[in-house]
Amino acid sequence: MTRKRRRLFAVLAGMGMLGIAAALVLNAFSDNLVFFYSPSDLKTKAVPQGRMLRIGGLVEEASVKRAGDGKTVTFRITDGSAAVPVTYAGVLPDLFREGQGVVVEGRLDGAGEVRAASVLAKHDERYMPREVVDALKKSGRWQEGAAAK
Amino acid sequence: MIAELGHFALILALLLALLQATVPLLGAARRDLGWMALPRRTALGQFVLVSVAFMALIHAYVISDFSVANVYENSHSAKPLLYKVTGVWGNHEGSMVLWVFILSLCGAAVAGFGGNLPAELRARVLAVQGMIGSGFLLFILLTSDPFQRLMPAPPDGRGLNPVLQDPGLAFHPPFLYLGYVGFSVAFSFAVAALIEGRVDAAWARWVRPWTLAAWCALTIGIAMGSWWAYYTLGWGGWWFWDPVENASLMPWLVGTALLHSAIVVEKREALKTWTILLAIVTFSLSLIGTFLVRSGVLTSVHAFAVDPARGTFILLLLFIAIGGSLALYAVRAPRLKGGGLFAPISREGALVLNNLLLTTAAATVFLGTLYPLFSEELGGPKLSVGFPFFDRTFAPLMVPLLMAVALGPLLAWKRGDLLGALQRLWLAFAAVAAVGLLGFYLTHGGPVLAVFGLGLAAWVFMGAVLEWAERVKLGRAPMDESWRRARHLPRAAHGMTLAHLGLALTLAGIAASAWQEERIEIARPGQDLAIAGYTLHLDEVAQVAGANFTADRARITVTKEGKAVADMHPEKRFFPVQQMPTSVTAIHTNLLADLYVALGDSDGAGGWTIRAYWKPLVPWIWIGAVFMAAGGVLSLSDRRWRIGVAHRVPRGARVAGAGD
Repeated sequence: MTRKRRRLFAVLAGMGMLGIAAALVLNAFSDNLVFFYSPSDLKTKAVPQGRMLRIGGLVEEASVKRAGDGKTVTFRITDGSAAVPVTYAGVLPDLFREGQGVVVEGRLDGAGEVRAASVLAKHDERYMPREVVDALKKSGRWQEGAAAK
Repeated sequence: MIAELGHFALILALLLALLQATVPLLGAARRDLGWMALPRRTALGQFVLVSVAFMALIHAYVISDFSVANVYENSHSAKPLLYKVTGVWGNHEGSMVLWVFILSLCGAAVAGFGGNLPAELRARVLAVQGMIGSGFLLFILLTSDPFQRLMPAPPDGRGLNPVLQDPGLAFHPPFLYLGYVGFSVAFSFAVAALIEGRVDAAWARWVRPWTLAAWCALTIGIAMGSWWAYYTLGWGGWWFWDPVENASLMPWLVGTALLHSAIVVEKREALKTWTILLAIVTFSLSLIGTFLVRSGVLTSVHAFAVDPARGTFILLLLFIAIGGSLALYAVRAPRLKGGGLFAPISREGALVLNNLLLTTAAATVFLGTLYPLFSEELGGPKLSVGFPFFDRTFAPLMVPLLMAVALGPLLAWKRGDLLGALQRLWLAFAAVAAVGLLGFYLTHGGPVLAVFGLGLAAWVFMGAVLEWAERVKLGRAPMDESWRRARHLPRAAHGMTLAHLGLALTLAGIAASAWQEERIEIARPGQDLAIAGYTLHLDEVAQVAGANFTADRARITVTKEGKAVADMHPEKRFFPVQQMPTSVTAIHTNLLADLYVALGDSDGAGGWTIRAYWKPLVPWIWIGAVFMAAGGVLSLSDRRWRIGVAHRVPRGARVAGAGD
C-alpha cells in the first residue's frame, strides 16, 4: 500500500466516523434537547405537551404534600408571579425544602401539571441554580445578594 | 505570618517560572549549554517554593486561622482534622494551589529523572512547563489569592460543604488533578517536538510513561468520583452525564487514545503528527475540565466560584494555551517526517480505529456538554441536553471499539490476518454465546441491550485472556515452559492484559445494572421490607451525635432465608453550621451484588421512608477501574526499568516483547 493510498484510507475512515457521529448526534439531539421555562412562561407561551422540559423556581411555601406510599410528592413551583403544580414519584434530593430553589425536569400533561422525572436541588444554602435566579430576575422578585449569603 | 510566607513563595515561584519559560528556549536556539541547564534548577526551585506555599495553606487550615479569608470561608474549628486538610482543595483558590503544586512536582520530576534526555529537548520541555506554571501562578496571584487576610478575624469559620466531608471525595480532586496535570508533560513534550521538528521512537518512549501515569491517576480519580456519587446520593446512580463528570471523561477518552497511539510511534514510528495532536488535545481538554468545574461556567454542585474577572482570565489562558499550541501544530506538523507503512488490517490499523472511535466519542460528549453554553452565549434559547443524548451517541461508538479491543492485540504489526485472529478467538465467541443465552434465560427476552453488553464484556474478557495465554503458550507447551515465558514477558504486556480485563469487568458492571431491583416504602420500627430474597427488618431509628453533626440512624437487620446476613445503619445527618442535611447510605456487598439502603424522611407518625436497592455486579464497575489503573502501573514499572538500563534487558524478554 502506497503512502498516498494509506492517507486516502485514513481520511476516508475519519470522514466516515465523523459522518456516523454527526448522524448519531442529530438523531439524539432532536429528542433530547430540553428547553427551560419559568412558571410564567408556562402560562404565557405555547409550551408543547408531552415533551421533556425544565422548570426552575422556588418551591412554594406550604405546598409540599406527600402521598401515603412514601414516594409520591406533589408541590408547586413559583417565580413570584405564577406557580405550576408538580407531581413527582421518586427520591427527593436532601436539599429539597419549601422556599428552596429547584429545577424540575419533566413533561407537561393535559391538565397543565408537570409530571417530574427528576428534581434537582443540588446546591448548598449559599447557592441557587442559575436558571432559578434568571427566572426570578425576569419576574422582578430577585434581590441582589439574596443568594450570596 | 506563615500565610504571608506562602504568598511570598508563590510570587517567587512565578518569577522562577517566567525565567524558566524564556531562558531555556533561547538557550536551545543558541545551543548555549549553560542556559539550557538552567531549568533543571528553576524547576526544583519552583517545586520547593510552591510546596512552601501549599504547606502554609494547609497549616492555616489545620490551626484554623480564620484571619485568612479562604480558611474562614471553607473551614470550621469543629471539623475533623482530615477534612480540615482536605478542605484546602475543596474550594477554588485552594484547588488552584494544589494544581500548581502538582505541576511543579511534574516539572521537578522531568528535571530530576530527565538525565538521559537530549539537552535541547529537556530544555524546551521544561520551558513549556514554565509557561504553563507562569500562567497558573499569575492566575492565582491576580484573581484567586488564597492567602488574603480578613480584618478583624472572625471567631469561627463558615464550614466546609458537608457534601465534601467524605473520604471518597476528599481524595478525588488530588487524583483527578494528578491526571490533568500529568498530561501537561505529554503536552510539553509535544510542543517541544514541534519546535524541534523531530519525533522519533525515543521521544515516544519518553512520553508514554508520563501519559500512562497521568492516565492511571485520572482513571482512579474518575472512579472515586463516581463511587462517591453512588454511595452518597441515596439512589445508587453512579454516572449522570453531568457536565462536571463529562469534564473529566473527555480528557480520559482522548488520553486513552494518546496512550495507544504513542505505542505506534514507539514501535513503528508511524502516526507521529496524530500523536502530537492528541497530546495537545488531551491537555487542552484537561484545562477546559479544570475550569469548567471550578469557574462556575456550568451550574453544578462543583461550582464554587462565580466571578467574571476570573472568567476573563481563564478564557485568555485557554485561548493562549490551546490556540497557541494548535497554531504551532498547524505550522510545524507538516514538516514532521512520516514513518512506517501499514495495511488497514494490522495492529496499527486496529489502534487507529481505537483512536478514531475514542476521539469521536469525546467529540460527542464535548458537544453535548458545551452545547447549552454555546446556545445561551449566542442568544439562543436556554436549554440543556438530556442524558439520553449521551447514551444514544456514546454507546453506539463504544460497540465497535469494544469489539476491536479483543481483536487488535492478536493482529500482527504491519499486516494482520483478521480471519486467523477470529479463529483464535473462537473460545471468546463461545463465551459470548453462553453469556448471551444465559442472559436471555434470566430475563426471558428482557433488556436486549443489557444482554448484548454482557456479551461484549465476555468477548473483551476472553480476548484478553486468550491473548495472554497465547503469548505464554498456555496449554500448548509444558507448564514450566509457560511459566518461564510468563516470567519473561515484559510487564507492559501483563499490564495490557490486566487493563483490558478491567475494561471487561467495568462493562459487565454497567450492563448488569439493567437487572437491579428497587423498593421504596414507609416502614415503622418492627416492620419488614423484602427485596431480592432478602428481608430487611427495621429495628429502630435513633438520634446520634457526630463531631459536627447530628443524625437519625436506622438499625436494620438483614436476613436471607432466616439466616442473618448483616446489620445496616443508614443515616440522615444534619450539619448545624451550614443548616444542611446529607444522607449516609448503608451498603452490604458480596462483590457479586450490592444491597443498598438509604433512610428517607420521617412521615411524622413514627414511620420512615426506606429505600432499598439490589444491584447485581455493580461493584465490578470500580473493581474494573482499579484493574485498569493497576495494569497501567504494572506497565509503568516495566517502562522505567527499560528506559533506564535498556542494554541490560534479558534476551528472553525481547523475544516475547514484540508489542504491548
